[in-house]
Amino acid sequence: MTEPSPDGRIRRRSRRTRRIVVPLTVVSAIVAGTVLSGCAQQRDEDVFTVMNSSTDESYHRWDGDTLKRCSKQLGITIEQQSVPASQLMTKALRMASSKSLPDVLQLDASEMPTFAEAGGLIPLKDLGLTTTDIPEGIVDFGSFDGKYYGAARTVNTLALFYNKDTLDKAGLKVPTTWAEMQSTAKKLTQGKRYGLALSAGGAEDGVFQFTPFMWSNGGDESKLDTPEVAEALDYWKALLKDGSLSKSTVNWTQADVNDQFMAGNAAMMINGPWQVETLNARKGLNWGIAEIPVPEAGDDSVGPLGGGVLTVPNTGDTEREKKAAEIIGCMAGEQEQITYALNSWMVPANSKAAAVWRTKAPELAALAGQVSTARSRTAKVGARWSSVSLALQSAFQSALTGASSEAALKRAQQQVTSGN
Amino acid sequence: MSSTTASAAALPTGPEAPAADAVKKPVNPRSAKRRKSLAQWGFIAPAVIFMALFFGYPLVRNIVMSFQDYSPSTFFTGEAPFNGTDNWSNVFGDGLFGKALWQTILFTVGSLVGQFCIGLALAVFFTRRFPLNGILRSLILLPWLVPMVVSGIVWRRIFDQDTGVLNSFLGTVGLPGDTPWLTSTSMALTSVILVNIWIGIPFNMVILYGGLQEVPKELNEAAALDGASAWRTFRSVTLPMLKPVITVVLVLGFMSTVKILDLVLALTDGGPADSTQTLGTLTYQNSFVQMDFGAGAVVGNILILISAVFAVFYLRVNRNEGK
Repeated sequence: MTEPSPDGRIRRRSRRTRRIVVPLTVVSAIVAGTVLSGCAQQRDEDVFTVMNSSTDESYHRWDGDTLKRCSKQLGITIEQQSVPASQLMTKALRMASSKSLPDVLQLDASEMPTFAEAGGLIPLKDLGLTTTDIPEGIVDFGSFDGKYYGAARTVNTLALFYNKDTLDKAGLKVPTTWAEMQSTAKKLTQGKRYGLALSAGGAEDGVFQFTPFMWSNGGDESKLDTPEVAEALDYWKALLKDGSLSKSTVNWTQADVNDQFMAGNAAMMINGPWQVETLNARKGLNWGIAEIPVPEAGDDSVGPLGGGVLTVPNTGDTEREKKAAEIIGCMAGEQEQITYALNSWMVPANSKAAAVWRTKAPELAALAGQVSTARSRTAKVGARWSSVSLALQSAFQSALTGASSEAALKRAQQQVTSGN
Repeated sequence: MSSTTASAAALPTGPEAPAADAVKKPVNPRSAKRRKSLAQWGFIAPAVIFMALFFGYPLVRNIVMSFQDYSPSTFFTGEAPFNGTDNWSNVFGDGLFGKALWQTILFTVGSLVGQFCIGLALAVFFTRRFPLNGILRSLILLPWLVPMVVSGIVWRRIFDQDTGVLNSFLGTVGLPGDTPWLTSTSMALTSVILVNIWIGIPFNMVILYGGLQEVPKELNEAAALDGASAWRTFRSVTLPMLKPVITVVLVLGFMSTVKILDLVLALTDGGPADSTQTLGTLTYQNSFVQMDFGAGAVVGNILILISAVFAVFYLRVNRNEGK
């Protein structure tokens, strides 16, 4: 063992420390630099992005095909960016603060007002898009505060799905009124099978399903503590009390409801056309679709409009925004609407396109009728919808688990009023 | 600062020494010292920057945010006007907060007690030697390996009132087969706790089993020779020896349980009628459903505060153990 000279030791140490210190400091500086500088990206002039929630393989492919055709038509490159639906809103907000918003943003229509209210969207009419041939209900669906921000390609709503074989066997007709539905459901409830399945889950699914009952009865989300809303809720309670609805209803999502229907555990269900593909894949399941029954014969069956709308986020770059509007014009063009509607089992937004679609998908005709009277959830309460929705979830869940409808709805209305 | 100079002075070869080497240019003692302190800072810098960026900044930001009107428009304008204690009074004024707090307490205490007792019992059981011990022990780890959301979804099916496996099973063995596990406001929280106990058992068992291995066998033997019963030995010898491990298990368990979110969302979405709403789900609902980030930050801060209290308690206990 030889002792190194004191000098050697020092020199070696200092050289070694420098060798470590320099990279460490550089790395720290780089890490700090990247994090602090954010990710403001350089935009390529001919490359545009469309952000949506088409994370499903098939939807991603359908949208990809549409964008390919639109790229060709407009002579630009359009890229698709898909984010899970539940994260889309927060992701878009974060992009807004880092000034990296996409050129076209597809938002769920119930979330659009929140984004528009924040000043995040450009009215489409300012960018040269018109609402010709679009039914009023669907224009409202894409509007906030009287301005049209979101172009729908297709819309969906809820309808009554029924098992044809089960109904035929029991010699029953498809119900059209609440009373008929109640008695039909009761008769069809046998053994493990319930007459009807619907979702009263504690999320947007449940509220979506409650709206057709509330609205067809003349109730309104801007005032929850009215007799009309209470009657609708009492009707749900009655179905539950009859045993026609499973007690698990309060814990079911719309996907669960579909599973129950497919498994033969429910003879009828309230659900949307997005289930059609799964239903068709089930061999031996002979199902039909009808409008959701109404309180009294002759009443309008008012369902909720659902689906996404294409919007142009406020990026401050007018030229790009105009181009983005052209992209929307192409994506929501008549032919594209029909293609997309036939793929996804939804109804085209444009009335001319819807007419063509009806001839191509006659089995879903009931859906087209339901859409024509359907309305948007946010038309009346706008960006306050999320608070109303939360209060309503809580209300129908308490009522279905024992509380009185009136008391539950009164509390819900107080909650909405006291909240922001 | 003082520690830097102190350690520099304590070096066996002070900066005065290099004069011996005549060939090399003399090293300035002051620059050597500076370089040394720079080097020390260089080593600390990554950790400091990391802590500041990923812990300090979000924490401070969250506290500030709870006093701001932080809405979606903030992301566009960059402006979040201060609104005093409005967020706090709104949150405390909402009946849901008290309910969520109480349910969080029930959930945490229930889960910890259940997880710990069963985990400890299993750990003790596995200290015995018997065939297939190792295989069984690794099988019990399974719940830990399944992602929380998957467990939630599977349990939701198991708990289904009509078509769930659990009720069918109870029905066939002659017990009431229509228990409203997740669908009654009085039952749902218990069911969620049961699932969380199931998830938490492996963690408790593994750590406690490890702790039990450390307890010297001679102590148990000595106690047995002195005529102590098995229970007495366990209570007076094993448990006290296990105390540091128990503290770790409980404190870590507490901190991961009190902030529960994913499991509740997957099982009940906070329902029915808010009966499984916890502080975690309330923060989520405020921030990401209602987009009221100020209110979300308030509940988030309270959660952080609760965890911090326990973290401090944990550190103190640990320090006392060390003495």
